[in-house]
Amino acid sequence: MTMQIYLPIAEVSVNAFLLLGLGGMVGILSGMFGVGGGFLMTPLLFFIGIPPAVAVATEANQIVASSFSGVLAHFRRRTVDIKMGLVLQAGGLIGAALGVVVFNYLKALGQVDLLVKLCYVVFLGVVGGLMFIESLNAIRKSKKAGGAAPAPRRQRGWVHALPFKMRFRTSGLYISVIPPVLVGVCVGILAAIMGVGGGFIMVPAMIYILGMPTKVVVGTSLFQIITVTGFTTMLHATTNYTVDIVLAVLLLIGGVIGAQIGTRIGVYLKAEQLRILLALMVIAVCVKLGLDLLLQPSELFSLGDSGGH
Amino acid sequence: MRKLLLSALTAASLVLLPHSAAMAAKEEVVLGLSQDRVAITATFDGSEILVFGAVKRESPIPTDHPLEVVVTVSGPAPAVMVRRKEKKLGIWVNVDSVLVDSAPAFYAVATSAPFDTVLTDTEDLRYRISIERAIRSVGAAMHIRGAQDFADAVVRIREKNDLYSLRENTVAVDEQTLFRTAIKMPADLTEGDYKTRIFLTRGGEVVSSYETTIDVRKVGLERFLYSLSREQPFLYGLMSLAIAIAAGWGASAAFSLLRNR
Repeated sequence: MTMQIYLPIAEVSVNAFLLLGLGGMVGILSGMFGVGGGFLMTPLLFFIGIPPAVAVATEANQIVASSFSGVLAHFRRRTVDIKMGLVLQAGGLIGAALGVVVFNYLKALGQVDLLVKLCYVVFLGVVGGLMFIESLNAIRKSKKAGGAAPAPRRQRGWVHALPFKMRFRTSGLYISVIPPVLVGVCVGILAAIMGVGGGFIMVPAMIYILGMPTKVVVGTSLFQIITVTGFTTMLHATTNYTVDIVLAVLLLIGGVIGAQIGTRIGVYLKAEQLRILLALMVIAVCVKLGLDLLLQPSELFSLGDSGGH
Repeated sequence: MRKLLLSALTAASLVLLPHSAAMAAKEEVVLGLSQDRVAITATFDGSEILVFGAVKRESPIPTDHPLEVVVTVSGPAPAVMVRRKEKKLGIWVNVDSVLVDSAPAFYAVATSAPFDTVLTDTEDLRYRISIERAIRSVGAAMHIRGAQDFADAVVRIREKNDLYSLRENTVAVDEQTLFRTAIKMPADLTEGDYKTRIFLTRGGEVVSSYETTIDVRKVGLERFLYSLSREQPFLYGLMSLAIAIAAGWGASAAFSLLRNR
């Protein structure tokens, strides 16, 4: 049975099972690896022919759902630094607004696809590469030393020299608000342009730049992501009219079920193996998008609307 | 359907063109459509419209040239921005663009014989029947090198997506009086008025033409969501968020119930 669904905003007809399947697959991965999955889902939506502007805006909406589902568990375990989350959110909202302005400007110029794809290639390349190297090293070390994982190092450098210090009790930190606000701004920009939550950038930034304890990092990051992607959804919905709710619902049904399955699979795999798998996947998506930019496309021309809505 | 046929009859007498009025044998189209509206529902999977009709005439069938029939269906024709990629700094980027003033989102031409035999080039130019002529780019800056390439690109891309098609020999004509054809419309349709034209030709000259519209509209949920997103974007955004949060909460609650059992 073919189950075609006509998406009212994207104005394309796609197979509903394909969308449920994609949602489920990315959901499984996000459950396994503890990532949002936006960075995989958005390019996959490009590949199946969803207009990039719709893919980015709709994915922001879907991330609200998966992050909300995730953060509830962290609130129950009290592993959310609410104060830090609010500071990050303040930065995130500024960043998201900036991101949407840049997005709409480039859309008018006809360069938005290029921007989105370049961002993906750069960020996926860097993050995938670093993860791959780090997990290879970790596996080598654990073979030599019998698996003693090194504890994350607390930063004591320039971050502590900055003014406007604030106490974050849950994280046990007394630092300037400038770094968290900046981290928030960067992630906000990425969320708006790339249609991602930005967890894959924020989690390392929280550990290595802000020096937050690992146990509160994921919950706090999810807490921040909900607000920023929610705000991004509203901005795209009111300025571009590109949020496709039918697409979002199909993806999130698959996504929430997949995430629960993924969490269970994740338990049976070793952390290093998981990280290497994730790194390879990130690199694969990066290479595919990179080749699209580097190789001569079969069709040099593309059609767009005249700019006016 | 009877009402439609009736209105087609009365309308047909009004669309007499000066050109055809001069012809000795007056021939008119009496048209029927299997449907005069296409509803885009959530499960819309394309549509096939049967266009059929008869030729009404008061004098004997002319014997000089056989009767040929051309049917065109044309979707709404907004301006289209066509962009061209070029290699810059090693990557392929959009470098220049041309605004094509009017390019139908969907265009199908069905003929009863090869296109060149049913229609002369002059008549094609006059009525804008062939795919190339249905696209207009009057305002296209001719100083951009190869502005025609941009219009050609529109045709090429849309032909590939089954949005533009020339279907020769697909109109069946019986006894120079009855004709019928089926126009297939793909799933990726944009809504609007689809202008449907029928031309009767003899020896490549148009002897009569007839025009009607097929109404393509999103209906039901599709209509509601689309309108809401354009007219009440803030409300639509809030609704999207509410659904997302409800789904997230629901999933979390459902699975923690499962775990605790």
